[in-house]
Formats: sequence, structure tokens, C-alpha cells
Amino acid sequence: MSLVATAGGDALIVARARERATEASRVARETSRATDAVRVADAGVPVLTLQGISLSFGGVTALDGIDLAVAKGEIRAIIGPNGAGKSSLLNVVSGLYRPDRGVVQLGSERFRHVPTARLAAVGVARTFQNLALFKGLPVLDNVVMGLVHRRRAGFVRQILSTPQARREEAEARAAAEEAITFLHLDAVKHQLAGGLPYGILKRVELARALVARPQLLLLDEPLAGVTLAEKRELAAHLRNARDAYGTTIVLIEHDIGVVMGLSDRIAVLDYGRKIADGTPDEVRSCQAVIDAYLGVAHEGETELVI
Amino acid sequence: MTTPTRSASLRWLTPNRFGLSVLLIAAFAIIPFAGSDYLLDAVLTPFLALALAALGLNLLTGYAGQVSLGSAAYLAVGAYAAYNFNLRLHGLPFLASLVAAGFVAAAVGIVFGLPSLRLRGFYLAVSTLAAQFFVQWTLTKFGWFSNNNPSGVIDAPPLAVAGLSFSGPVGRYVFSLTVVVVATLLAIRLLRSQVGRNFIALRDHEVAAKVIGVPLLRTKLLAFGVSSFLIGVAGVLWAFAYLRTVEPAGFNLDRSFEILFIIIIGGLASIRGAFLGAAFIVVFPLLLSRFGAALLDNVFDSGVLEMSQRIVIGALIIGLLIAEPRGLIALVDRVADKIRRRLFRPQPGPIRS
Repeated sequence: MSLVATAGGDALIVARARERATEASRVARETSRATDAVRVADAGVPVLTLQGISLSFGGVTALDGIDLAVAKGEIRAIIGPNGAGKSSLLNVVSGLYRPDRGVVQLGSERFRHVPTARLAAVGVARTFQNLALFKGLPVLDNVVMGLVHRRRAGFVRQILSTPQARREEAEARAAAEEAITFLHLDAVKHQLAGGLPYGILKRVELARALVARPQLLLLDEPLAGVTLAEKRELAAHLRNARDAYGTTIVLIEHDIGVVMGLSDRIAVLDYGRKIADGTPDEVRSCQAVIDAYLGVAHEGETELVI
Repeated sequence: MTTPTRSASLRWLTPNRFGLSVLLIAAFAIIPFAGSDYLLDAVLTPFLALALAALGLNLLTGYAGQVSLGSAAYLAVGAYAAYNFNLRLHGLPFLASLVAAGFVAAAVGIVFGLPSLRLRGFYLAVSTLAAQFFVQWTLTKFGWFSNNNPSGVIDAPPLAVAGLSFSGPVGRYVFSLTVVVVATLLAIRLLRSQVGRNFIALRDHEVAAKVIGVPLLRTKLLAFGVSSFLIGVAGVLWAFAYLRTVEPAGFNLDRSFEILFIIIIGGLASIRGAFLGAAFIVVFPLLLSRFGAALLDNVFDSGVLEMSQRIVIGALIIGLLIAEPRGLIALVDRVADKIRRRLFRPQPGPIRS
């Protein structure tokens, strides 16, 4: 994008964006038609369906008529350059943002505004781009927190330690221990989350999200900011989670390379629009995606001469 | 310290619990007999009441992350509620008045905690000032609360529980100690349960807490309720066991700040920190005035001494917090850790909370 400069100023930038978006939606239609067969073969009821999601902040359009369907057991990446609207999309799905238009369907429930407080109860877990762990709690307790929505015993029962409270605590602890072992975190489980390195914390957050065995797992840049070795390890964990628990995973990345091998399908956003949606191979060869990532000179534009 | 060969029946006796047991035995069995009236009356009883109030505020501010500047208001609510229960409901056992006063304070705390659903940080702190001014004003304005005393002063009746008199310095100390120990044990249980984890989750990352399903509304109001319950009970001790004559003006903003300083100095989100901070705030001025009087009595009059005392304490607080922002308890833990390492072979210890 930044490789080219427009000769005619702002008007031309807008014109170019519009032109590119038209081109993009044509490509998106084509790719989705090409992969209809695949989707039918999956024969799954979509775990997540977005219909015409639009969102703007003031005058800035963050999302513009996004449609998306994620089948059960799928690993779906959403990629795009910085500012393409990826995080906004995830925040709409988790109810942190209310879309201006459109419907989010989670399983069989349709929402105009997803109720965040009920998110875990409808089987959705998410992680955050910049880690959202509870620093003052040990790793094990952080993971136990992932089951908080199943707690029924009130605080009086918990102080008195009634059988119900004890049973809930024991169940949560057992599930957390299992998730911790699954993600190889046993060595650090009694340490405070606040003092651990970033790569490990990424896994702790994943464990907290996985412990409730969510139907749908939303990951906001799960592979950002970690070393290459950790990226491979995390990717393997994600695949294992899908294979072991049947969890559907929607993940956001701006690094197109890392998600190619991991994802079943990839949706590409640019300027708040979906410009491509297909298998990694289809997306890789899609001209609109290449343009969005590398920038392209159209008529009326001149290369920036330095 | 324990040896690896001890019998299974003693396995529950970890070093922490051993230290706590020694402390409790000393507090219950030795101090009442060995301590002077001055120590019990002017040092230990106010220490216990302030420690309990600090524990209450620490639940709210240290653990649940909701700043409050209204602690003295809940102390006052507790004190005046217990006074009125005692006065107006004949035959109500004093312990029942104490617990009921705690519940009244909890109810007031929940009402003034409602802004926390919208406000955070400094804004919340300022809105909790409303409790401070409102309660003080109400108690002065409406004579009913103080049985129509013109200046709102209440005189506590002699302490008696189940026919046993706790009216002497020893009795009032033992009564306070028992109440504080029971309340502290309940608070520890609460903090170790899921509710305690919810408090910390709320403090550390509210959005994440909401996404994973922590009921924000209920958790915040519970934090305000439990916190002001404990502070209310502390207010009963303050009025009935320590001062015995209190007026609304005694529960002013200075007192709220004092309790806030206790938890900041002692250590946020630490139960031991609340006790350590309270000990510091109670004992340190006494020591300072003793030293000051002994050294400088000929040079300055008592007024100047008192002012300089405040300056010295303020400077010490700043110095301490620069050296150890996590409070006295972190300092103590670090020193204890060093001693342990020197005495024993290095071994990974459990994390203390």
C-alpha cells in the first residue's frame, strides 16, 4: 500500500480504493463459488455465521458488509494488512462492539449485538492480541477462571464449602490440570502469571480459553510476538486442540505466511471488506490479495520517486 | 521448622501455619496476662480494629481493584448501627448487634458501590467520597441515630457477651481479638474460593473477566458488600471496645485516608499486609512521640512535636514506597527469604499470597 503514492491526492486514493474493492468483491464471489463444493462436502452446520456486518467509528468505516460462514471443526484464518478490520470483526463476534448493521449467528442463536456476559455460556472463548491474563493469579488459577461461567454455588456456599461448592471446585481444578498438561505448562502452573515470559503466557491464555471446551475459539493474533520455534509449537497446539476436542477455530493474523500451513480456509480483509475467501492455495494466487499486501500501481498513479 | 521425619498427623503443620499458631497462642494466652493496660488499651485494641478495617478495604481495593475513600463512613455506620440495635432492641445479644451492624454497613456499602459499575479509578474514588460526607452529615443532622445527643456523641454500654463481662482492658482486647480472628479466617476462605479469584480477575483485566463470564455487576457489588461488612464490624470494635465514646466527627476523611495508607504501606492484596500496615500506623507515632519527647522536649513544645511527627511519618512513607512499592509485607517476605536461604539449602518454596 505504502509503496505507491497517488499523483492526484486524496480523491485518487479514494477512487483507487473503490476500484480495488469492486475488483475484490468480484474475486471473492468467484473464489466462494469455486469452494462451494468443499463447503457442502463438510456438511456441517456453520458454527459461526456473519451476515452483512458493518461497523464504523465516526466517519471511518471499519467493517463493510462482511459475510462469513465458519463450518464446524474448521480452522479459519482472517488475514489482512494492519487496519483492515480484523480485530474489529473479532470484537463484533465477541460482543465488545455492536455492529451498525448485520447479524451474528453463533450455533443456532442469532444476535444483533452478542451479549459478552453470555459469550462463554453459548460456547465461545477468545484470546486477546496483547494478552489478557490475570497477572495476580497463578497459572493454574488463571486456567480455572476459564470455567467461571459454569459456577453455580454462591459466595456463602463457597465460604461454607458446601458439597456443591467443593464439587464445582474439584471439577474446575481437574479440567484446568488437564488443559495445563495438554499445553505443557505443568512446570509453571504454580507461578504467578505476571512474571512469566510472553511465549508461555500465550499458551496460558490458550489454556484458559480451551479449558471450557468451547464450540468456537476466537484467537486474536495468537502467533504474534513469539519466536519462530514458539510459532511452530503454538500452531501444533492449535491443530491438536481442534483434533482432540473438535473445536472450531477462527484466528486473526496479519502475517500471511504463518497461517498458510495451519488454516483450512482463509478470509482476507482489506479496508473493512472481504476481498477473498478460500483455501490457502486459492488465496495465495488471488490477485486482489497480492495487491492488498504488496500494493499495486494503477492508472493515474505514479511510482514514488525518491 | 519441621523435619522430614515427622509423623503424618503433623503434616498439616506447615511453617506458615506453625508461625500463625505461635502468634495466636501468644495473642490469646500470654498477652492478656503479661500486657500492661496501656499496651492493651492504647495500642493493641485500636490496632485490631484498624487491622480489620484495613482488611476490609484491602478486599475491595487490593483484591478487587475498586478504589474507595469512604472507609470511615462504613466504620461510622457499623458503630452507630450497633449502638442503635443495642439501644432499641432489648434482649438482642451483643454479638447479634455486631453482625447486624455489619450487614447494615454492607447495605450502605453496596448502595455507594453502585457508581463502580460505570466509574473507574480516580473517578470512582471521588464518587466514594459521597459516602464519606453523606454518612457524617446524616449522623450529625438526625438526632435519632445518636439517641438525640446534641452533638451526635454516643456512649457505648459495657461489653458483655452471654453473661460474661468484657468491660476491662483485657476483656475488650480479648473480645476484639476473637472477632478479628474469626473475621480474618472467613475473609481468607472467601479469597481462596472462586469469588476471590473473580475479585482478582476484575482488578487485573476487566474485559477478559467479562468475556470468560465473570458476573461483573454481582462481583463488584459483592466486593463492596463484603468490604463494608468487615469495615462496619471494625467500626463496632472501634466504638465499643476501643474509644467507647465516639462522635461523627471522629469518622472523618482523615480516618478514611488512614485506612487507605495502612493498606498501601502494608501491601495491597495481602492479608498480612493489612495487619502489618495497621501495626505501623498505630505503633510508629507512639514510638516517634516517645523519642521526640525524650530528645527534644526542651527545645520544642508538644504542638511542634506533633507537627514534626506527621512530617517524619510522611517522609518515611514516601521513602518506604520508593524502596518497596509493594509495601512492608514485600520487604518482610524478602528479608525472611534471605534468612531462610542462608539457614537452609535453597529450595523452591510455595507462593504466598
